[in-house]
Amino acid sequence: MERTWHKPLPVVDLLIRDGRVADPLSGIDAVHDVLVKRGKVAEVGKALAAPKGARVFEADGMLVLPGFVDLHTHLRTPGREDEEDIASGTMAAAAGGYVKVFAMANTDPVVDTAAALRGFADSARAEAVVPAGSYAAVTRGLKGEQLTEMAELAEAGAVAFSDDGRPLATASLVRRALQYAKVTGRTIAIHAQDDSLFKGGQMHEGPASARLGLGGIPSLCESLDVARALDIAAYEGAPLHVHHVSAAATLDVLGKAKARGLKVTAEVTPHHLALTDEAVASLDSDLKMNPPLREEADRLALVKALKSGLLDCVATDHAPHSPMSKDVPFEEAAFGTTGLETAFAVLYTYLVKKRSVDLGTLVTRMSQAPAAIAGVEPPAIRAGAVADLCVVDPRATWTVTPEGFRSRSVNSAFLGRQLTGRIVLTVAAGRLAWEADA
Amino acid sequence: MPKRDLISIEDLSREQVELLLDTAESFLPVLERDIKKVPTLRGRTIVNLFWEASTRTSSSFDLAAKRLSADTIALKASGSAVEKGETLKDTAITLSAYGPDIIVMRHPSAGACQVLSRNTEASVINAGDGKHQHPTQCLLDLFALRQTFGRDLDGMKVSIVGDILHSRVARSDIMGFKLLGMDVTLVGPPTLIPRGIEEMGVKIEYDLANLGDADVIYLLRIQKERIKEGANFLPSLREYNRLYGMSRARLRPGQRVMHPGPINRGVEIGPDIADDDENLIALQVFSGLAVRMAILYRTIVGYTDAGSEEVL
Repeated sequence: MERTWHKPLPVVDLLIRDGRVADPLSGIDAVHDVLVKRGKVAEVGKALAAPKGARVFEADGMLVLPGFVDLHTHLRTPGREDEEDIASGTMAAAAGGYVKVFAMANTDPVVDTAAALRGFADSARAEAVVPAGSYAAVTRGLKGEQLTEMAELAEAGAVAFSDDGRPLATASLVRRALQYAKVTGRTIAIHAQDDSLFKGGQMHEGPASARLGLGGIPSLCESLDVARALDIAAYEGAPLHVHHVSAAATLDVLGKAKARGLKVTAEVTPHHLALTDEAVASLDSDLKMNPPLREEADRLALVKALKSGLLDCVATDHAPHSPMSKDVPFEEAAFGTTGLETAFAVLYTYLVKKRSVDLGTLVTRMSQAPAAIAGVEPPAIRAGAVADLCVVDPRATWTVTPEGFRSRSVNSAFLGRQLTGRIVLTVAAGRLAWEADA
Repeated sequence: MPKRDLISIEDLSREQVELLLDTAESFLPVLERDIKKVPTLRGRTIVNLFWEASTRTSSSFDLAAKRLSADTIALKASGSAVEKGETLKDTAITLSAYGPDIIVMRHPSAGACQVLSRNTEASVINAGDGKHQHPTQCLLDLFALRQTFGRDLDGMKVSIVGDILHSRVARSDIMGFKLLGMDVTLVGPPTLIPRGIEEMGVKIEYDLANLGDADVIYLLRIQKERIKEGANFLPSLREYNRLYGMSRARLRPGQRVMHPGPINRGVEIGPDIADDDENLIALQVFSGLAVRMAILYRTIVGYTDAGSEEVL
């Protein structure tokens, strides 16, 4: 069953020479050459010869990593192609080292019918430079009322089901969705949010919101909703995926559920791992997102959970917004930050360089763990595997600027910040998807 | 020289606040003359942009600018391009075409002043943005306090009573009062005291009986929306009045009452206090004029101490 689609670009013949190949899945972390022939890894070894006609890429001093997989991307297509389309969004993904992305269903119209999903697949076949798949909505029109025709959507290739952007508001709806997931074999993913506690919220509730006079979104708003969904998942014996965990309190309930043996997985975004609510003092609307940036204690707990695997994977929640939604007062601005093009550099800068998380763990959480959750082949750098990899220059420092994006939108929470680590080459599904200007 | 905005009290140092208050004091004689006008800002243009209803702040800024001989334009949200759907950014660009020196703005959303400032060469003065800040109110409160208690406010004790959660005045006052060395206690029902605000260096008290040795009781307006069904910040205004309404009987002799206005008689303030001349409410309004003259003046000429006397 196909779960991603892409443009039929030519497959590559490529020799990547002298890079530090770091692939936890294959158990390699050493300087090697990687030979890609007709889009597949042909050999990983020392002093490999370039076949005739093969491109040679000198990767001395660079990292050669399994490509990343994003379980949480907003491609905004159909409906808001002014903010992102499949071409620009997958180009942004490629520039960030991603080799597969999964788009959320909250488009206009919503991906809530097989016809809509086939429309996405057709666009991806025409435009996607890295393979793109899609979630389907849990409820029709994301209205939280009637379930979508999940079996047909699963047959059409939906990777999982999510009403992301909206919580599943009642316990009975969570229960019905989880029950029905046994028919489809696909996971239900939740955007956890107790709406009664969210109402009027603009940022994390705490000392910073008290000082700024912005409506607070308490950690409880997330942890309560996750706790409820986990209890229902336990009752139904169904798997559950939790989107964008932001609060330490949520980690407590996740930890207990995992200890009980529940089939639960969870993702965390680069911005929640790197920034806190203190940054919101600037009232810069690019720092407004949902769930909100939380306190340093939350951030530290998230980093620890990423390291331990309590948080299974990194997901960007790449949320492009037009200037009309962002170049407005903070309180009127849309929630969301872009993330595909900065994710690795942010985590390399804020976590790996500071020795909070080692490179191998980060690669697992960005590449192989999310692939496993999506039920697709994990990217691996070993003979016989499809070439899904990226090359990173770990010495390159760069400043995030609005001019530097392939995404059609520039609303990055990291604008103006200096990052280390630059993706110089991405091969996705055996195709050359990205090469940085020298 | 970069333009000077006044968006938050945090934009000012203690020295700058004191200089502003001294400057305001130097304007007092002007306000006592028959002809209450000086040519100081002649030829300067000041725009008053009010996206939210306001009587005292907008009239105070307007009169302050006129007392300094500046040209003023007043724009209100109703009947303007705002109602026709123009964005704040576009309004900023449009108004900037007149080359104003200062834009004074009130806006219902926090962050509006930053958007305005990014899109204009004019200095931006915040006349209230959402629940965020109202720095000129804080400065006039400090001025009224100095007029009443003398120049040194260090160590004075003030209790701010009421709806802290929704109050931009409270947030500016906490910062300004602390900046000048005052001791601040917040009093109100827990539903209206934001979580984490104690990190601003204030004490929190849920019982009005514990006003203790406060020199000043600063009452905040209770808005009727707070008792709307589903909001549940308060069971009723009556209950609020029973627990937190200020009356003469609840004050110790010598304690003075302030209120940013407009007052809700019978809710946060009893008529015995509203009507007696011990309260500082009218002095606050009067102070607003002198202080806003000082703010407009300092925004244009700068915060160096080069004697304002010469300019007058």
